[in-house]
Amino acid sequence: MNASPEEPLWEVFVRSRRGLSHVHVGSLHAADAEMALRNARDLYTRRREGVSIWVVPAAAIEATSPDEKDSFFDPAVDKVYRHPTFYDVPEGVEHL
Amino acid sequence: MREFVTSAVTVVTVYGNDFTTPEQQAAPDSAAPRPADDEPASFRALLEADDRVEPRDEMPEAYRKTLIRQIAQHAHSEIIGMQPEGNWISRAPSLRRKAILMAKVQDEAGHGLYLYAAAETLGVDRADLLDQLHSGRQKYSSIFNYPTLTWADVGAIGWLVDGAAIVNQVPLCRCSYGPYARAMVRVCKEESFHQRQGFEILHTLSHGSDAQKAMAQDAVNRYWWPSLMMFGPPDDDSPNSAQSMAWGIKRFSNDDLRQRFIDMTVPQAEALGLTLPDDAIAWNEERGHYDFTPVDFTELFEVIRGNGPCNEQRLSHRVRAHEEGAWVREAAAAYADKQAARKQTESVA
Amino acid sequence: MSPLENYLLALADDALISSQRLGWWISRAPQLEEDVAMANIGLDQLGQARALLTLVGETTGQSEDELAYLRDERDFRNVCLVEREQSDFAVAMTRLLIFSTWQHELYGALTSSSHPTLAAIAAKAVKETAYHADHAAHWVLRLGDGTDESHRRMQAALEAEWPWRDELFDNTFLNEPDLNVAPHDAQLMVDGTAVDPATLREPVERRLGAVLDQATLGVPEPRVVFSKGRDGRHTEVMGYLLSEMQHLHRSHQGDTW
Repeated sequence: MNASPEEPLWEVFVRSRRGLSHVHVGSLHAADAEMALRNARDLYTRRREGVSIWVVPAAAIEATSPDEKDSFFDPAVDKVYRHPTFYDVPEGVEHL
Repeated sequence: MREFVTSAVTVVTVYGNDFTTPEQQAAPDSAAPRPADDEPASFRALLEADDRVEPRDEMPEAYRKTLIRQIAQHAHSEIIGMQPEGNWISRAPSLRRKAILMAKVQDEAGHGLYLYAAAETLGVDRADLLDQLHSGRQKYSSIFNYPTLTWADVGAIGWLVDGAAIVNQVPLCRCSYGPYARAMVRVCKEESFHQRQGFEILHTLSHGSDAQKAMAQDAVNRYWWPSLMMFGPPDDDSPNSAQSMAWGIKRFSNDDLRQRFIDMTVPQAEALGLTLPDDAIAWNEERGHYDFTPVDFTELFEVIRGNGPCNEQRLSHRVRAHEEGAWVREAAAAYADKQAARKQTESVA
Repeated sequence: MSPLENYLLALADDALISSQRLGWWISRAPQLEEDVAMANIGLDQLGQARALLTLVGETTGQSEDELAYLRDERDFRNVCLVEREQSDFAVAMTRLLIFSTWQHELYGALTSSSHPTLAAIAAKAVKETAYHADHAAHWVLRLGDGTDESHRRMQAALEAEWPWRDELFDNTFLNEPDLNVAPHDAQLMVDGTAVDPATLREPVERRLGAVLDQATLGVPEPRVVFSKGRDGRHTEVMGYLLSEMQHLHRSHQGDTW
């Protein structure tokens, strides 16, 4: 038995409620975007998990590779001054 | 198509548990992929930090293959598992039960889909995995090769089979492979409704007419031992377990999980007013656990070998659905191609 | 049975029997995603049936289960369209397209029913059926304008099912023969409780025609079939459908589940 041609893979992002971003929830197969949206609705929001859905062809996603991890992300490690907790606030000073 | 090798042996994953028949363990080259001695340092570091391995991370080939096999067989179990309960959708004895059962069987299709998606992050195609199921090269949980003879079986499956599955699956929510762990979080959340509805069915039956109570007891008698077998052979006979534990795929041994399930279930059976078909079940104060008769795995291995009551029926049902749907999938693909071509023409014009 | 009960039972039985047929597909759909979708639709329809049966029971004193499981074939009021065999995906989608489009128009109109409970049931159902009709239309489009084989199978399904849709627009079951009142003058219609099914024909057929046209399918030539499910005169398959659906409940009468 030969593998039948599989439909393209889509990555699914769901906004769980207004005010929040779309978050990646998983993937699914569909022949086209319209069916992908419908399949995503049935698969990932059966329990009212969402108010909005994005589907993106998995093939369209560019990602950083773990090899690039050091050059991409480590330079941010030593810039602690970007975080408010880096600074000492004298006692009694509020709203800062 | 990406390269994908599967071990040719029958390794059975029961809802996230992994074991073989004895002759397969004895045969050379038949065990699960051997761990490579040269595990990448980055991989080792992730495991040691109890951090998650993600799809694009370096990982040993044996780890990848073990996961593919386990996740795929877990997914297959979910979709084959639709059949025994689906068998009662048309005959559910009340509209409320019918709605619950439809929702439950639908969830199982959903769980299968979550899991296939997790497996695909390891570089395999779902179509290939389905082909391996259809051609018998990959297996599904043997528990689904038992028939659902009465309505009470739907209750017994929910209470015992889903109950055992949850005990097996909850630790998988912390499995070292991120996509599998995340899929399991979703699955476990949904499974708890499954177990409760099963318990409720049996509770209603066991507090109903004599005929209903007898139906419930009969179902529990038939499903008890197969449920215990879902945890796999005793630890001594389970050579794959140690490696899976070292890799953070498996967190507890077969025997520990089985004991945990029994300890949970015995008091629930009392609440149901039903007995479990094992006279040896008794609380052991010293151990702090219930004692029970050791499971006789002869039958399980027979079912794995293909000689269970429904092996042929389950697989042929699945293959038929797939083959009879081929023209529909082809139509959807053809339509998508036409639409894409039309869009292109429009944008050129 | 009052005219209102009769009317509500017709809508309830349509949804119940359609759901019973859809349930068969769960584990048999052409792709796993479609197993999930068909179960969703079946569940929505079952929910509609339960709400309507419960409403009927408020005046007849019966439970939803007594109405679903203990009525005989002749007492079921669903149109024959929904009870027919449907083990071919093209047939299932044709049926769903016709039935859901009709239901969507019906429930849209019933949202302004003077009967508050019925209006509330309709308000929920109108959203559900919009999705069902859309789902079916998407498939009819793909099957009609897909491959040669899918086009052929889709057209054949259409030819077979199309004539059975007529009964959906038949309002004669709302006759009040004792009073010698024509259907559109029946009390239910006059007081704004019910919607005259005959008025749904134009909008439903317009929508169906648009889908078929886009799907490169031909509208079948008119053909008359004997479809009198609203009067309890069903096709022979109905007896088998009910015996399967009802046997367990009937074997243990009076028990709870």
